[in-house]
Amino acid sequence: MGGSIVAIGMGLSVIGAAIGIGLVGSKAMEAIARQPEAVGDIRSNMILMAALVEGAALIAIVMCFLVA
Amino acid sequence: MYAQNHDHDHDHDHDHQHAGSSHDDHSGHDHSDHAEEFHAPDGHDDAGHANACGLVHDKGEFDPGELAFHHVSDQNVYNIGPLQIPLPCFMWVPKEGFDIFSSGKFNADSHGNGTKAYKKYVLHEGLVQRIPDFPTDDLVDIGHHAVVGVKEMVNDKERTVSYLCYDGKKYKCDDRSTLDFGLFGGGITSFHDLSITKNVLSMGIVVFLLSLLFLKLAKAYRNREGMAPNGMQGLIEPVFVFIQDEVAKPFLGAKWQKFLPFLLAIFFFILGLNLWGQVPFLGGSNVTGSLSVTFVLAIIAFFVINLNGNKDYWKHVFWMPGVPAWVKTILTPVEILGVFIKPMTLMLRLFANITAGHMVLVVFVSLIFVFSKNGLSSIGGYGTVIPSALLSVFMMAIELLVAFIQAFVFTILTASYIGAATEEHHH
Repeated sequence: MGGSIVAIGMGLSVIGAAIGIGLVGSKAMEAIARQPEAVGDIRSNMILMAALVEGAALIAIVMCFLVA
Repeated sequence: MYAQNHDHDHDHDHDHQHAGSSHDDHSGHDHSDHAEEFHAPDGHDDAGHANACGLVHDKGEFDPGELAFHHVSDQNVYNIGPLQIPLPCFMWVPKEGFDIFSSGKFNADSHGNGTKAYKKYVLHEGLVQRIPDFPTDDLVDIGHHAVVGVKEMVNDKERTVSYLCYDGKKYKCDDRSTLDFGLFGGGITSFHDLSITKNVLSMGIVVFLLSLLFLKLAKAYRNREGMAPNGMQGLIEPVFVFIQDEVAKPFLGAKWQKFLPFLLAIFFFILGLNLWGQVPFLGGSNVTGSLSVTFVLAIIAFFVINLNGNKDYWKHVFWMPGVPAWVKTILTPVEILGVFIKPMTLMLRLFANITAGHMVLVVFVSLIFVFSKNGLSSIGGYGTVIPSALLSVFMMAIELLVAFIQAFVFTILTASYIGAATEEHHH
């Protein structure tokens, strides 16, 4: 039973990552639609933010490995 | 006779595997050699049979998780497909001294399991383990699959402990010492492994290649002063200028020249190691996916950030100005923790991203073995080859992107922290 609770924890952290990156991506799309000439700036910032959000989720997954 | 049978199966399956699927991109990870285990109809001798000590080497079941874990960990032999390069081992046993030998002495099979024991050391799944109470120091034969990993409860956690069966007696094998205080299943054991492992050799090769590249570039810039960039200059100059203009100058302000070499070194080192681990034909060495390497990078960043912190920085950490006094008492412990947690997140982010990518790739390739039910279902195996290959190629493309992104994110966050530490007071 302990093993499956760890798996549930990992799955929940991935939900957080997916929602976070989805929000970043959607706002970036809106910004590009509003101002298409700023595509380059928006794209690099979007990738940076996505990496940071994903970093938080992956840290959670690594901590799950500690438990089991 | 047993050894002969084993090798015969191994060679047969090696050729069989390559005839069918030439797009198995992970041939460098010697997955082809795992096919030998799944010839259940042929009756591999010791599938589930217990040896003299009652230890069962369970070879019937294929465990993708264990395979993935084996591929992302450090090893004492360098496997490139069927080719095995022995590496020098340099062990320190406290109170007894140093043991220096080549890991070729273990005479390992392609899976990294040694068939000989030497000076109380054995090779199990690519890593050297020590048996403190082994009877002899000489080079003795221990046979195939003599070291067996047994899952048991250690301090209320399920861990895999290795036992060696030799001469009818069961000996417990020690893993090498790690400094993680037992958090990731390690701890201080009877010996410290200071040898040139796969990670160390990969780091050496990548640093050598990077030095060659940049020395050549420096010479080219000196000789071609005022001329347009040519050759490799055209590849590296945009990256260099990107780090200088988008990372160093915005975050570091006036002192960007002082820290630019450090940021570039971090970026190209991490990028080089990430890309080295992505090439399947170089043995798939997972250097940045090992906590030790990323820990050292984070420690270096920690020292650079904090040794360059000016008075304003330390004042903000210990006694944040501009907030009421009771908020200061809450903020001070949080800020002190933040000084340590920020480099730690750098370490964990890089480690987790790269390790997760490697593990997912190994799992995608092992889908073939899972769906073919260890060789029993031919149609399942052949049917999974194309989807698995497509998934693997897609995942490898993502991993290339992740290699660049993670190097960039590490660099930009380090630049941001240094900038925050050296920023002039402008209230």
